[in-house]
This record gives sequence, structure tokens and C-alpha cells, in this order.
Amino acid sequence: MVSDRPATSPHSAGNPPDLGANRSLISPLQVWDLTVAYQRTPVLWDVAFQVEPASLVAVVGPNGAGKSTLLRAILNLIPRASGKIQIFGDEFSAQRRRVGYVPQRESVDWDFPVSVLDVVTMGLYREIGWLWPVRKQHRSRAMEALNQVGIADLAHRQISHLSGGQQQRTFLARALAQNADLYLMDEPLAAVDAATELAIIQQLRAMKQQGKTCVVIHHDLQTVPEYFDSVLLLNMRVVASGPVAEVFTPENLQKTYGGRLTLLDEVSSAMRRQEKLL
Amino acid sequence: MIGPSVAWVATETSEAWLVALWRLLTLADYNSRVVILGTALLGCAAGVVGSFTLLRKRALVGDAISHAMLPGLGIAFLVATLSGGDGRSLPILLTGATISGLIGAAAILGLRSTWRLSEDAAFGIVLSVFFGAGVALLGVIQSLEAGHAAGLEGFIYGKTASLSWTDLMSIVSAAAVALLMCAMYFKELALLCFDQAYAESQGYSKWWLDGLLMSLVVGVAITGMQAVGLILVIALLIIPAAAARFWTHRLSRQVVISAGIGMAGCFGGGMASALLPNLPAGAVIILACAILFLFSLMFGSSQGMVWRAIRRWQWQQIMLRQHLLRAVYERAETKISAPEIAGESEVRIDIADLMISRSWSKPLLERLVDNAQREGLVTRIGSQVALSRSGWIQAKRLTHQHRLWEMYLITHADVALQQVDRLADDIEHVLEPSIIHELEQLVQGRTVEVAKSPHQLPEPN
Repeated sequence: MVSDRPATSPHSAGNPPDLGANRSLISPLQVWDLTVAYQRTPVLWDVAFQVEPASLVAVVGPNGAGKSTLLRAILNLIPRASGKIQIFGDEFSAQRRRVGYVPQRESVDWDFPVSVLDVVTMGLYREIGWLWPVRKQHRSRAMEALNQVGIADLAHRQISHLSGGQQQRTFLARALAQNADLYLMDEPLAAVDAATELAIIQQLRAMKQQGKTCVVIHHDLQTVPEYFDSVLLLNMRVVASGPVAEVFTPENLQKTYGGRLTLLDEVSSAMRRQEKLL
Repeated sequence: MIGPSVAWVATETSEAWLVALWRLLTLADYNSRVVILGTALLGCAAGVVGSFTLLRKRALVGDAISHAMLPGLGIAFLVATLSGGDGRSLPILLTGATISGLIGAAAILGLRSTWRLSEDAAFGIVLSVFFGAGVALLGVIQSLEAGHAAGLEGFIYGKTASLSWTDLMSIVSAAAVALLMCAMYFKELALLCFDQAYAESQGYSKWWLDGLLMSLVVGVAITGMQAVGLILVIALLIIPAAAARFWTHRLSRQVVISAGIGMAGCFGGGMASALLPNLPAGAVIILACAILFLFSLMFGSSQGMVWRAIRRWQWQQIMLRQHLLRAVYERAETKISAPEIAGESEVRIDIADLMISRSWSKPLLERLVDNAQREGLVTRIGSQVALSRSGWIQAKRLTHQHRLWEMYLITHADVALQQVDRLADDIEHVLEPSIIHELEQLVQGRTVEVAKSPHQLPEPN
């Protein structure tokens, strides 16, 4: 049980709790003592975990558990109050190219005037570089990524004409085009059709075969054991983390979803009240 | 507002008026040349920059910034005059305007994030307070040195008709810089506008890119302020970009079309204002842009109302035709014992009998039959109608689809028997072959030619 351990400080050189047994390779993602606050109200407390290379990791927890916040903090999109994060044993900014991000589908306006291929090419913009236009080689790589998720025939379609599942596949293809080693995905399987779910899962497994690691926010508890190797149970803090077989237990789920985390809740609302008074 | 060299327009005789028009259209006159070229370039730059702000959903930022520029003008004028300089020096005035415009933008961001004021309230407060302060400052200036301040009001409503060569040059350079920047950073700006979080995760600085976009807005607003005034320049940033959205779904084309609309609006508006010298040119330019916007709204090729109405009408015709075919088929079914096997089209149906199949009027039914005959789907024999071979095939498929969906609703969605007919009516037209196949497997476990109707068909008396 991760949360029962004393918090390890980045200075004390202790490894964060491992999500798997394989330590032979550098972990793609290590998190120590991560605390994140919005407007000084903490949403993540003392989160610590470590991800094994070439694994599929589910991040599971109720609404408001801070799942998206965790991904955003790892990606440096929001400031963190404390804690340390390492990507392949290095700072995120140094390893940025090796990290692919699949944001929530609802986070963008799908009426934007671009085609599916345009969106997927965005995954290559960093590589193309400032001032350079998108060239043929990039478009063919984007097509390849579309092929992998099975919607190459939609390449020139307007994104406003896509179904939810197709939108999700487009986002996945954009991340694939980048050819990263660690992927952070925010609910890629939320509200997609069965065919899309299958296609995405097959893609994730293929990525794992290639030695890539995926950290996936997942909402469907039933499919966790089938789809993922390890799991991070999150509810403002890490309730449990590790291989699915070990930590995905009814008791841990009960702790994550059922019993309200009274103390954290109370402190948070106390902070909020204080915030309003100030 | 009346430039000295456009006064010729006011001449009385129509012949002189035509000469004036001719001189205008050929840009023979130096002043109109400057005015029209200047505003057209401005419209072009505003169209390009405006496309990005619109897609970034920041269309109103330009509004707030341009209003916030007014107090900067007043303060710059006062500071320059009191320190013994020339208060009307353009660089000093524009520097002051830029600084206060940026302070206004920062005030909005601050109000929103620090005090968690809603965005619309923050905009409203900043916009009106800064503008009010500016108007008050102009009043102070006027009371201090009545003669000198007169030039400042020109910035509020613009002084299109009296644009000078220097003004034109500043517009040209600002437009060139804006266009160049948008071309250079096209893909980065596009990414920022589409998916800011992803852009940041890729290592693009939100502040840098948003800062670039805001600087371009400030640049356009500053140059546009002299031409159409700080109140109306915002329209140039929004209207062409919004109009272009009705023409395309591609970003590159959106930007080009928006530039074109901005240019055309300014060009046309500039022309019109030269012919109507009593109206302020800035206002005429905006009205010209508005006309182009309305035109786009109506006839825009991608989302224009007219085409949408036409598409909707065509779809309705298809649905009506399909309903007719199914009605005829279902009547024919009751007349012969095994229509599936018979496959013959020689069954004649009384048109009057079709009336009970749907709630359609006699004239509508007559029209549908005539239309279907023209398309070779049915043959009309007096008051009777018979399906042609191709009509028969289509009708069979449609009836099959309709019934499959009905059965699906009954067996899988618990819909009451009396309701399925109506519910299936809307769906049967959009079922794709793959869905039909799935339905067949699901409902019947096999593929058949025409499913049996799950409910009683209406009988004519």
C-alpha cells in the first residue's frame, strides 16, 4: 500500500513505489510527493508512483479524483505545489519529444476548420520546426498513423463531420505520429463505439509490443483487468498502485470510490472557505 | 470627414457625377488612391489576424484593447505637450495608445484570474472604464488647449477621407508585418487556436504564441485606428473572419477568404464613402463589410443558409418519394399472395387507396405520383398507379428497411407496437447497408428479401 508509506523526498534518493517488478530499464515515469493545488485548494496530495517500461497502466478513480490534473501536472501544463517528476530519469522538458499526449476529446472545438490529416500532422509540428511548412514526408507519416488506427479513409474529411469514436481515433493518431515512448491519454475510451474501443486497445497492445508505455485514464472498471497490466487507484491521493492482479481488489476499489475521504474533503472545503474570506 | 479632394462628388449634374465615378474607379485621384489602397490593405491584414483571434475564441479581446487605447492617446498627448514636445506627433500618440491597450488586456486577464470575475464582466468593465477615462481625458485636453486637441477625436471615429501618404506607409508596413508573421507562424498559431493544451504539451509557450497574436491585434488596431477609428476597427477584425467561416472548412482558405472579404469590404466601402461624402467613411466601410457578411451568411458555399435550405428541401423530396414507393408496395402486397416471389410490377393500385397510408393531402399525393412517374419509378394509368421495375426494386428495399427497424425497436428497444411505424419513418431513409446487414442478423438471424410487417397495415374501406 503506497499511501501508508512515509512520503519519500526527492532528496532522500528513495525510489517511488514501483508499479511493477521490472527494474532493469529506466522507468518512463516516476513521480515523488506530487501535490497540486488549484487556487491553493489541493486537488492532489502527495502522489507517488512509478511506471514500468513497456506496460499499459490504467489510472482509475471517481470524478474529481484529480486524474486529468495528474496528467496535466506531469506535462507541466499546470504548476505543482511540490513534488518531483522524472521522465526516463530526466526532466520532462529534456524528454518532451518522447512524451505523447492524448487530451480529452471534449477539450477542443470540433468545428475548427481543419481536416483529419491536418490534426494528425500537428503531432509532427515540433519535429518540422518553426518556420518550416508541412512537407510530403510528414503527410505520409500522418497517413501511416491514421492507418494504424484504421481511419485512413477519413484523412481528408472535415473534423466536424466525425463521430465521437472517429474523433478519438484522430487524437490517438496525432499522438502516434509523434512516435513517442511514453503516452499519456485522458479517457481515450470514453463514450466510443465498440469497434473504436477494440481498435484502440489493439493499438495500445501493439505499442506495448514495441516497448512503449501508456498511462491511460480509464473509467470502465470492468475492463481494467482485461486491458491493463497495472493500475493506479487515485482519489486525490494514491489509494493503491501496482500490478492489476495485486491491487485491483474490491477493498481498494471500495477505498477509492466508496468511503469518502473525510479528512481530505474537510480540509479542502476548509481551504475553500478560507479562500473566500481572504 | 469630408476630404478636400472628394468634394467634387457633390457637384450637381449627373454628367459630373459620372466623371467623378470614373475618376474614382480608375483611382485617378491621388487622395482616393491613398484612402482606398490604405483601407484595403488594412482590411486584408485585419482579415488574416481576425481569423486567428476568432478561432482562438478571443474575438472580443481586440474590442477591449482598442477601447483601452483611448486614454493612452490622451495621456501621451498631455505628457508630450507638458514636457514641451509636439503632442500631436504620431509616434508618441501611438506609443501611448499601445501601452494603454496592453494595460487594458492585462487588466482583463488579472480581473479574471485574480478575482475570478467572469470573462464577460471583465471585458465589460475594462472596455467601458478605459473608454470612459479616455473620453474624460479628451474633455480635459480640450478645455486646456482648445485648438490643439482637435486631432485626437479623429482616432475615435477615424479620419479615412484625410489619410495622408505617411498614414498609408504606416498601414503598408503594419499590414506587411502582420501578414508575414501570420505566414511564418501559421501552423503554430493554428495549433494554439485548435488545441492549446496539446500545443503546450509539445513545448510551445502559450504566452509566446498568445503574445504574438495579441501584438498582431494591437498592430492592426493601432493602424486601423487612424483609418476607421478605434471603435470600428474591431469590426474589421471580426466581420471578415466570421463571414469567411461560411465559405470553407479549411484553415488556409479561411484565412485567404477572410483577407479577401476584408479587402473587398474596405475597397467597396472606401469607394462608397467617396461618393457619399456626408457619411463618415469608417461607418460606410463597416456597413460594406456587413453586406458581405450577410451575403456569406446567405450564399456561403459551406454553411450558407440558402444551400442548407436547398439541401433540406432535396432531402425532404427524397423522403416523400420513398414514402410513396413504400405505400404503393405495401398496398400491392395485400393484393397479391406472394409479392416477394412474384417480383412483378404489374399490380395496379388505386391512388385513392394510398390516401390512408399516410397523412398526405390529395394534391401532394398527386404531385408525388407525377414526380415519381417522371423519374421512371411508377406508371400512372388513369386513377391507378403501378410500380415500374426499378421502382419495384427500390420499394422492396425501402419496405424491408422500414420493417427491420420496426422489429428492432419492438424486440430490442421495447417500443409499443402502435408507435413503431412512426418512429421507423425517420430512420429508414438513413440506414446504411452495413447497418441493414447487422439488423438482419440481429432481428431475424438471416438475410431475407423483404421482412414481414410486425403490425397491421391500414386497409382502405
